[in-house]
Amino acid sequence: MEALYAATVGVLTACGIYLVLRARTFPVIMGLTLISHAVNLFLFATGRLALQAPAVIGQSETYTDPLPQALVLTAIVIGFAMTAFVVVLALKAAVELRNDHVDGVDPDEDWRP
Amino acid sequence: MTLLSIVALPLIGALLVPLLARARNPLIPAIASGIVTLAALSLLIMLAPAVLSGELITNEWAWIPSIGLSVAFRLDALALFFATLITGMGLLIILYAHFYFAGKPGAGRFYALMLAFMGAMLGIVTSENLLFMLIFWEMTSLVSFVLIGFHSDQRPARRGARMTLVITGGGGLALLAGIILMGGIVGSFNLTEVLAAGDDLRGHAQYPLILTLVLLGAMTKSAQFPFHLWLPNAMTAPTPVSAYLHSATMVKAGIFLLARLHPALADTDAWLYSVSTVGMATLLTGAFIAMFKHDTKELLAYSTVSHLGLITLLMGLGTATALIAGLFHLLNHALFKAPLFMMAGAVEKATGTRDMRRINGLWRHMPLLTVMSAITAASMAGLPLFNGYLSKKMFFIESLDANVISPLNWLTPVLAAIAGLFSAAYSFRIFHNVFFNGQPRELPIWPPRKPALGIQIPIILLAGGCLFVGWQAEGIVHGLIRAMATTSSGVTAPAYDMSQLHHVGTAFYMSLAALIGGLTLYALRERLFELYDQLPPADAREIFEWLMTRAGSGAERFVHALENGSVQRYIALIILTAIIMAGPVLANVIVWYGTKPMTPVDPLTVLGALLMMATAFGVVLGHRNRLFALLLLGSAGLFVTLTFARFSAPDLALTQLSVEVIAVIIMMLALSFLPQTTPVESSWLRRSRDSIIAVLGGLGTGLVSFAIMTRPQDSISDFFLEQSVPGGGGSNVVNVILVDFRGFDTLGEITVLGIAAMAVFALTRNLQLKHRIPNERDQYWASNPHPLILRTMARPILPIALMVSAYIFLRGHNMPGGGFIAGLITVVALSLQYMAGSLAWAHDRMLTAFRPLIGGGILLACVTGLGSLFMGREFLTSWFGHYELPVFGHIELATALLFDLGVFTTVVGSTMLILANLGKLMTVNGPGKEVG
Repeated sequence: MEALYAATVGVLTACGIYLVLRARTFPVIMGLTLISHAVNLFLFATGRLALQAPAVIGQSETYTDPLPQALVLTAIVIGFAMTAFVVVLALKAAVELRNDHVDGVDPDEDWRP
Repeated sequence: MTLLSIVALPLIGALLVPLLARARNPLIPAIASGIVTLAALSLLIMLAPAVLSGELITNEWAWIPSIGLSVAFRLDALALFFATLITGMGLLIILYAHFYFAGKPGAGRFYALMLAFMGAMLGIVTSENLLFMLIFWEMTSLVSFVLIGFHSDQRPARRGARMTLVITGGGGLALLAGIILMGGIVGSFNLTEVLAAGDDLRGHAQYPLILTLVLLGAMTKSAQFPFHLWLPNAMTAPTPVSAYLHSATMVKAGIFLLARLHPALADTDAWLYSVSTVGMATLLTGAFIAMFKHDTKELLAYSTVSHLGLITLLMGLGTATALIAGLFHLLNHALFKAPLFMMAGAVEKATGTRDMRRINGLWRHMPLLTVMSAITAASMAGLPLFNGYLSKKMFFIESLDANVISPLNWLTPVLAAIAGLFSAAYSFRIFHNVFFNGQPRELPIWPPRKPALGIQIPIILLAGGCLFVGWQAEGIVHGLIRAMATTSSGVTAPAYDMSQLHHVGTAFYMSLAALIGGLTLYALRERLFELYDQLPPADAREIFEWLMTRAGSGAERFVHALENGSVQRYIALIILTAIIMAGPVLANVIVWYGTKPMTPVDPLTVLGALLMMATAFGVVLGHRNRLFALLLLGSAGLFVTLTFARFSAPDLALTQLSVEVIAVIIMMLALSFLPQTTPVESSWLRRSRDSIIAVLGGLGTGLVSFAIMTRPQDSISDFFLEQSVPGGGGSNVVNVILVDFRGFDTLGEITVLGIAAMAVFALTRNLQLKHRIPNERDQYWASNPHPLILRTMARPILPIALMVSAYIFLRGHNMPGGGFIAGLITVVALSLQYMAGSLAWAHDRMLTAFRPLIGGGILLACVTGLGSLFMGREFLTSWFGHYELPVFGHIELATALLFDLGVFTTVVGSTMLILANLGKLMTVNGPGKEVG
């Protein structure tokens, strides 16, 4: 199972990296989302994989490591806040620059006064 | 403790004086500064008898033991002398500055900086730990920068300040490197150990490097050739600064360092040749140029350079008698140079200029100043019976004994005599030109104002000091200077034979020749100035400015070449760096497969994992069709949720699920303003490059996470698992960690969330999306944005969802749930109302004060945390109790619930603020007013 899990983390990371290297805002935002999924899963996995062992006292025989879970929980919420911020930043850039490039290319450069 | 207060008193004073400076009476900050300085001086004098009898006082407190940094002070004769010089001179300067500034604005700032400088300088001379000393060393450079640029509205002041900072700051870096190397060899940064390890240091292969670095630090600070050029340019500082920092104290710091590290680094050929050659070059350059400067302060600055060169040369010779001569001259230089600077400042105030071609014949207007300047200038020229004569004669005697390169031994005394000749000439010049030499010409202020008595008192005291030292030379050399030379060289300095100073010998003739030659040179000055003007102009300042401009434009070009505005490039560079830095290390070190056996695989999980990977690939492959890719991205999020649920993390699954819903809604909102497709723009080369980076990055993270997961675990979580119920009062450990054990983290995180929401609010506030990006105009949007079925269904869902949310919230401490999750569920329920109705419809029916919700939530969390402080416990310690209530039965009450309520409120407020403001953009003629 660990190998499968690791492969998933790797695939999510790779897809995320490829997308954040694109030239427009929206793919970059999607790439960031994929990367944050990968990072959350990675952090979560540092507590090792455990089946049927939630960290609720009295619910099961063994308990999984609750600490990475607590970290990831807040990471998810903050990751969401950052996504929202980047989205608004992208909209702002789209209005101000009249395009959605993030590669430093300005397609309207030629006819600008 | 006493040593600490000596250094701390001026530093604390520096913080307090600016507050006093608001007082109307300009005397108040001056007196306060004076009191602080006097207190430090008295403490030093209290300790003086013990120190002069050979006792070494040290105090040490650990600071960062792991790097060998400690707050450590030491007071021996050398430190005592410098510290007394710094505080004593500081006292006189404060008195002088009071009259110099005469109630002008800025005096308060000046006193504060002055005290800060004094504290830093005291820190340098009394530090036992070399790293600790370096902090003060840098502080003097910084304060000197601010003081030189005191009149920051003037261009020369800014340039001079910048030059000083570049040169002394660069020297400070070199010194840091040298000290670190020394500490590495000795194994300690404490002077006691470093000084005792002189043989190890001198014998070490890195000795030449260490010596070079340390000398660079000392030479830049003490304005030695070729770094001397900052000192004349620092003359843009107010005169009290020039008199204090740039003649009496800061420029002596380099020499102090040479004297201090003498036992550790001196007594080698490398030391002898480098230090004495630099000293000699500085001595000659400074003396020569000083003669030709028409500005009083510039003449004095070059003269200071020259005298510093003389002392450095004596440090370089390194014998005990040379050390005595050098330290004695250091004392004398402070005594005669500071009053000459003060004279220059007083004359400038009286006449409005410093140009000696215009200031002449002032003796009529200021007789007292004339007499006092006669004494100090005579001392500088080396007229017999004055203190300057004695130390200069000592220097001539040493130069005769110097054994630098045997066939050229005659060269040292000859050059010394030539330097003495120029030194006599410029001393005559500054005195005779200012006070005699005919009548003043076109003075800006006419008639010259009479200088206040107060501004002359420090000059009188210092001139008296010159006479006193000349009269009591023997006692001072034997009582003070010898003790200093002893601590400086590490061996007991021999008694200095004072009688040779009164003999008529070679050294006497050298002094005589210098004086007569100096007089002759001065008499011929008009001819010499003409000749000097014919020399090709070589303004080092212009060269320096040119270099600075070139460095600036070079850096700018470099930055522009690197930073071309392309996010792609930055991200690629960051990821590539990570891969290059981590890759080889991981490839070599890590055993990929740990000892922990793998968890067995089941078909359903395999299917889930494969689907998750497929959705991720789908997002990449389909990212040109944005809506399609976004839907796939949402499903990838759902698979993440399932993963959490599968591997025993119900809290995470609930959180991820709610977040995913909201995140996809937000991205859809954004997408409606952005192009629906992404055109193919990058070449296949770039795409393959990106693919390679992506594959490498993915491979790295995948392998590392595999390596981690297959290793047995050693976690600190056992504590949390054990303490959750007895200590935190809840059986859901994840929630107890969030609201109790790591409550402070959570507090920080909800604050970040609130800030992000506020940033979104600010960014969308004036965002006008009327002009959308050129878009596919003919796309078919839904004709009815708020379909009837959704509208009807949404309304009954709201109370149910809120009830679920309340349930999840309340049970959170013991079962999966809690503030974060409940908050997100509430937001999902509310945002459904927005979508089903409309923004305006929803806003008519609900509370929209989201910003107060954020503030209130964070406040509630803070107050809950502070509550435990009042109960005498640590911040955020939770309290709980179990109660039996009628009707409700068993109930547990915990302060953690209040904290969680704060979390809940902040999450609801922040998320709703984000959603409502993004939603507002959708309505072309929306509510118009601010939302939230």
